[in-house]
Amino acid sequence: MDKLLELIEKNGLIFGFVVIGFVFIIGDFLSKNLFRSKVPGSAVSIFLGLVLGYLGGVWTEGEKGISDLSLFAGVGILGGSMFRDFTIVATALGANLELIRKAGWLGLVSLLMGIVLFFFLGVGLAFAWGIRDAASLCTIGAGACTYIVGPITGAAVGASSEVIALSIAIGVVKTIAVTIFTPIAAKKIGLYSPESAMAFGGIMGTSSGVAAGLAATDPKLVPYGAVTATFYTGVGCLLCPSLFYLILTLFF
Amino acid sequence: MTIYGVALLALAFILGQWVGVLLGDWLGIQANVGGVGFAMIFLMLGKEWLVQKNRMSPAMTEGIAFWSKMYIPVVIAMAASLNVKSAVSSGSLALIAGIIPVMAGFLIFPWIMKKFNRPPHG
Repeated sequence: MDKLLELIEKNGLIFGFVVIGFVFIIGDFLSKNLFRSKVPGSAVSIFLGLVLGYLGGVWTEGEKGISDLSLFAGVGILGGSMFRDFTIVATALGANLELIRKAGWLGLVSLLMGIVLFFFLGVGLAFAWGIRDAASLCTIGAGACTYIVGPITGAAVGASSEVIALSIAIGVVKTIAVTIFTPIAAKKIGLYSPESAMAFGGIMGTSSGVAAGLAATDPKLVPYGAVTATFYTGVGCLLCPSLFYLILTLFF
Repeated sequence: MTIYGVALLALAFILGQWVGVLLGDWLGIQANVGGVGFAMIFLMLGKEWLVQKNRMSPAMTEGIAFWSKMYIPVVIAMAASLNVKSAVSSGSLALIAGIIPVMAGFLIFPWIMKKFNRPPHG
């Protein structure tokens, strides 16, 4: 048994494939039997992934979910930004360049609106919670954009480490919320075409959440959502610590 | 050859990320601006070019298609590696500021689609 554990730790990524395959079997089973195929297997599996992430945090007190357990370190490699971005790029294989070009300006409009909406709602909620200094408000607003924009902005405007940690938590909650609510809301809000997926990616921004949510809704939409969402973090990092911070300093 | 497809994907990935980092540098921020988006566009252009030259074999397409199908498993692994515990336990502001704007995004989405989804010249 010790030899086996040693082998698994040495070949973490390979064992990661086994783990995720196993999660998918359970997700598929629950989808068919518990939800009578009304919720797609991939959506259930992604949710199970979040549950594993939660359990990992409870067991290890770490920051990287289940992958903080050395046995499951490979899951962290598989789910890290390298494989995530590589596989997202690969989904472009099925995308239509002409459609992306046509919907480009819709993507741009929704991108800017999304960042403004999330930032200022985040600031407003932080204000309602009694926070009054511009640097903290700005960092929390940035965290409401994505969990990467938050800490980058916080470092730039000199926010405290507690506020930066809070901004990361807000961003992660956002990712989870988008992941869970996208497949539920998709039909009601008219999210079914490549154009709408591009606008959706622009508004929501969080690449992980958008891509996971769209994957659970209709995998064909993933590349269109990802192509705009991928600009969100960059544009957010551009606007939050500069223009948006200046606007906030006028009031606080 | 399958590896040609994988190599094309990898090349597009590296070039796209590079453009994203350069753009971030140029804008003066420590972030990758749209690297994945550029990579996707490079991949589509590369594929288009090879299809026109009649050099895109089914095996090559397979080399890319495999990775695009690995997408959902990777997302599951990502979900399992998120700091879910701290996200749900770091207080009411984290939950509220994480969820309320998402709800607002869902509400505003149909309006944006109606308002802005028109062909540019008609």
